[in-house]
Amino acid sequence: MLILRYAIYRFATMLLTLLVVSVLVFVIINLPPGDYLSNQIAELRASGQEAGVAKAEFLRKEYALDRPLWEQYMIWVGFLPGPNGFSGLVQGNFGWSFEFDQPVSEIVGESLWLTVLVNLAAVLFVYLVALPLGVLAAARSKSWVDYTSAFVGYLGLATPNFLLALILFYYGHKYFNLPIGGMMDPVYEGQPMGWDKAKSILIHLIVPTFVIGTSGASAMMQRLRANMLDELGKPYVETAIAKGMSPRRMLTKYPLRVAFNPFVADIGNLLPAMVSGSVLVSVVLGLQTIGPTLLTALKTQDQFLSGFVLMFVALLTLMGTMISDVLLVLLDPRIRYEGRDV
Amino acid sequence: MTRLPDGRYVDDAPFDPEASIRHLERRDLDAPNWLLIWRKFRQHKLGLISGIFLLLSYLMLPFAGFIAPYTPNQRLSEHLYAPPQAVRLFYEGEFIGPFVYPIEGIADLETFQWKFIPDKTRPMPLEFFCEGRSYRLAGLIESDTHLFCAPEGATIFLWGADRLGRDVFSRILYGAQLSLTVGLIGISVSFLLGIGFGSIAGYFGGKIDWAINRVIEILRSLPELPLWLALSAAVPSNWGPVSVFFIISVILGILDWPGLARAVRAKFLSLREEEYVRAAEMMGASSGRVIRKHLLPNFMSHLIASATLSIPAMILGETALSFLGLGLRAPAVSWGVMLNDAQNLASIEIYPWTAIPMLPIIVVVLAFNFLGDGLRDSLDPYES
Repeated sequence: MLILRYAIYRFATMLLTLLVVSVLVFVIINLPPGDYLSNQIAELRASGQEAGVAKAEFLRKEYALDRPLWEQYMIWVGFLPGPNGFSGLVQGNFGWSFEFDQPVSEIVGESLWLTVLVNLAAVLFVYLVALPLGVLAAARSKSWVDYTSAFVGYLGLATPNFLLALILFYYGHKYFNLPIGGMMDPVYEGQPMGWDKAKSILIHLIVPTFVIGTSGASAMMQRLRANMLDELGKPYVETAIAKGMSPRRMLTKYPLRVAFNPFVADIGNLLPAMVSGSVLVSVVLGLQTIGPTLLTALKTQDQFLSGFVLMFVALLTLMGTMISDVLLVLLDPRIRYEGRDV
Repeated sequence: MTRLPDGRYVDDAPFDPEASIRHLERRDLDAPNWLLIWRKFRQHKLGLISGIFLLLSYLMLPFAGFIAPYTPNQRLSEHLYAPPQAVRLFYEGEFIGPFVYPIEGIADLETFQWKFIPDKTRPMPLEFFCEGRSYRLAGLIESDTHLFCAPEGATIFLWGADRLGRDVFSRILYGAQLSLTVGLIGISVSFLLGIGFGSIAGYFGGKIDWAINRVIEILRSLPELPLWLALSAAVPSNWGPVSVFFIISVILGILDWPGLARAVRAKFLSLREEEYVRAAEMMGASSGRVIRKHLLPNFMSHLIASATLSIPAMILGETALSFLGLGLRAPAVSWGVMLNDAQNLASIEIYPWTAIPMLPIIVVVLAFNFLGDGLRDSLDPYES
C-alpha cells in the first residue's frame, strides 16, 4: 500500500507545517505593542474605573497573559499547563474572545462550516469552468472561443475581487433578483438545517462563488490551455488523427489525460489565493464566514480570536493542498515520491 | 502554386538565393542580447503598447499636481457628489473651444439628494495654465500653475466629485503616485529577498537548501491576505502616512519572495554544475563573486520578466488592504483609499462615479500582465 504510506507521510508533514505556522501566527498577532487587556486596563485607569481593572487583571491571570511570550505560546497551543491545566488548541479549547466576551468556539461556530462551504463551492466552480473552457480554447486555438476566453480570463485576473463582488451583486439583484448579502435568509439564521434553509444558502452562494472563483478559474484555464497545446503538438496526436480517430475521442482520450495532472496539482497553488479571496469577499458581502470576524479581531487586537481564525484558514489551505497531492499520486501512476531504491 | 507536369508543386515566387543568408546575418549574431530582445519585443504589439502606456503613467507621476485641476483634499462643499461634467467644444453649433456649463446644486426634498442642473445658457471656456491651489511638483518645487482649470464660478469635475466634494479625477492622479509606486517598492523587497535566499539555497545546497526550501513551502501554502491583514494590523495607528506607505509596501514584498526564490534556486541548481562556474572557483573567486558575476547575469532578464508579472498582485494587494481600512489611511490618497468610499451598494447605484478608480486599477494591472507576457516571450531571441 504505497499510496497509504504516502498519505500518512504527507499527513505528518502537514502536522509539522501546521506547528511552524502556529509559531508564525502567534508571533504576528503579538507584533502590535500591548494586548487587548493591557489596553483596556490603561483605558479604565485613565477614566478612573477601578472596579473594571480588577476584572481585567483577573482575566489577564486567567489567560496567562502576564507570563513570558514563549510560555504564552505553549499554553495557547496546549503543550504546557496553563492556570487551568492543559487546555489549548490541541485539547480543543480555542480560548476566550475579549471583544465579544464569549468563548471563541461559540463565536466562530457555524461560520466555520460556511467558510468551508464557500471555498468548496469556489473550487468546484473553478474546475467546472476552467476544464471545458481550457480544453475548448486549446482545441480551437486562435478562434473566437480562444480569444473570448482569454479576454474574459485577463479581465478576471485584473479586476479586484471586492469590486467584482459589489458590481455582480448590484446587477445580479437588478436583473436576476438574486439576494443581496449574507449567506442565507435572515429567517433561517440559528434554525436547524432543513431543505428550505439549504436552498436559501445555495441561492446566496451564487455570487460569492463566482467572485472568488473567477481569478482562479482564469489562471487555471490559461495553464490548462498551454498544457493542452503542448500535448497537441506531439506526434502521437498526429498518429491518432491519421488512424482516423474522431477528433473528440482523440482529444479526451490522450492529450486531456496527460494535461490533467497539472490541473489537479495546481489546486495546491490556487487554494491559498482562493481562501484569501474568500476572506476579502466575505467582508465586502457580509457573508457569515470567518472573514469579517478576522477583520474585527485584528482591528481590536482580540488575540485568541484572530489567532484561531488565522490557524483555521491555514489548516483549510494545508488540508486542501494535501488532498490534491494525494489525488495526484492516485491519478498519475508515474509520480513516485519516495526514493529511487525502495 | 504551380503544378508541374510530373505532379510536383512549385512555389510561384522567384527563388531568392540570399534568403537563407539574410536570415542569420553575422551582425545579428554579434548583436548584444538586449538589442535582440528589443527587436523581438517590438513585434509583440500588445506588450509594446502596454509598456509605453506604463512608461507614460510613471513619467506622469511627478507632474500629477500640474495636470490635476484641483488638489487632492480640496473640498468644494457646494458640490457634494456632483456627477461627471462633460467638456464641450461646440455651443449652439459654433466652435468656441473647450468649455463647461456651470452647475448648480438644488436639494431634492423627495429623495434628499442634491440635484445638479447645468446652466445651458452660460458656456464658460476652460482656462489653461491658470492659477489654482498650490502644490509641490515632484514633491519639491512649489507651484500653483495648473494645466487647466475651471473659470471663476464654474467647476470642472471630469469624473464627478465624491462624498466630500473632492474632484475624483484629480484624486485619481494623486492616488496613482502611491498606488503605482507601492508595487515597485514591494517588488524590490521581494527581489532582494528572493534572489538572496534563492541563490544561497541553490548554490550551497545541503542543509541550508533544505531549511530555506521548507520556509518557502510553508510561506507559499499560506493564504496571503489574512497574513497581510494581520501584519498591517500591527502597524501603529499613530504613524504618518509616508511611513505607513513604506511599511505596507515592505509587507507586500515580504510575502511575495518565495515564488521568486524557488525560480532562482532551480536555475542555480542546474547552473552551478557548469564548467565556467568550476573555472571561476578554481581561480579563487569567492562564492559571492561567483553568484553575482557569473551566475546571476545568466537569468536576470527572466527574473525581470517574472517581477513584472508579480507587480499587479501587489497593486491589487494595496488596494484590498486600503479598501478594508488596514492599509493606507486618509489623508493619504491611493486608489484603494478612494474605493473605500464606494464600499456599499448605495454608492454604486446612486453615485457610480465614486467607483471610477477601479478603471485605472484594471488598466494598469492588465498592462503589467501584457508587458510581462511580451517580455517573457521575447527573452529567447534565438528562438523563432
